[in-house]
Amino acid sequence: MTLLITIFAAVAATLIWYTKPGLRDLKIGVLCWMFWGASLMWTIDAVFEFSELKADYFAPAGSDMLNDAFLGFSVVALALIIWTVIVLVSDPRGTVKAALTRR
Amino acid sequence: MACFLVPAAEAVVTTVISKAAEKKDQDLTKIETESHVSAPETPKKVPFSRKLRWLSNMLWGGAVLLCFEHLWHGEVVPYPPFLTAAADPGDTAEMLHEMSTVGVCMALLITAVWVGMVIVTGIIEKRAVPEEKATQEV
Repeated sequence: MTLLITIFAAVAATLIWYTKPGLRDLKIGVLCWMFWGASLMWTIDAVFEFSELKADYFAPAGSDMLNDAFLGFSVVALALIIWTVIVLVSDPRGTVKAALTRR
Repeated sequence: MACFLVPAAEAVVTTVISKAAEKKDQDLTKIETESHVSAPETPKKVPFSRKLRWLSNMLWGGAVLLCFEHLWHGEVVPYPPFLTAAADPGDTAEMLHEMSTVGVCMALLITAVWVGMVIVTGIIEKRAVPEEKATQEV
């Protein structure tokens, strides 16, 4: 579930990066790298887990699935927080600087 | 248990190399600008330092999010020994085994994907050269 949520987030971030060139200065690429990197790593995790559990891998307990989904959404939230901090610190459009220096 | 440490170690190495390559690229650009050697008719290639940054970004991003997952599962703690498996020798052996299998595979897959990206970028750059020349001839 965590892997699926991260893959959806990676695809969404990549589509935004591709279709909205005006948003690229807001470092959407950071989100793409983070989500794709984590997706690839969790894919390996899933392959090893599948090799151990075989068919049981596709029939997780309800509580495990809920916990994994909760983790997946938390991971997306963490990535968005990291991205927000990077955007605010690098301030590519000068918005933070303008807000701080405005009288 | 601590599989993300292998890609994180690779991320440190690639970041150091990409910083060194970036400095080298900047020096080359400076020399070209000063001596007016640059050929404006040739399309610009993506510098290797930038390509290496793609790899380090992917490795860092994945390692950070996986570190969070390990915190979530209580495998990483914010106090010494930081890795809960390091407290027990039996668990440590299991952790090292996981790092040498899952961790190494993670690092290899990300590196393989990056190699694919670099090859595709190279093909696109090669295709751009004849197109650019054709445009100039017209």
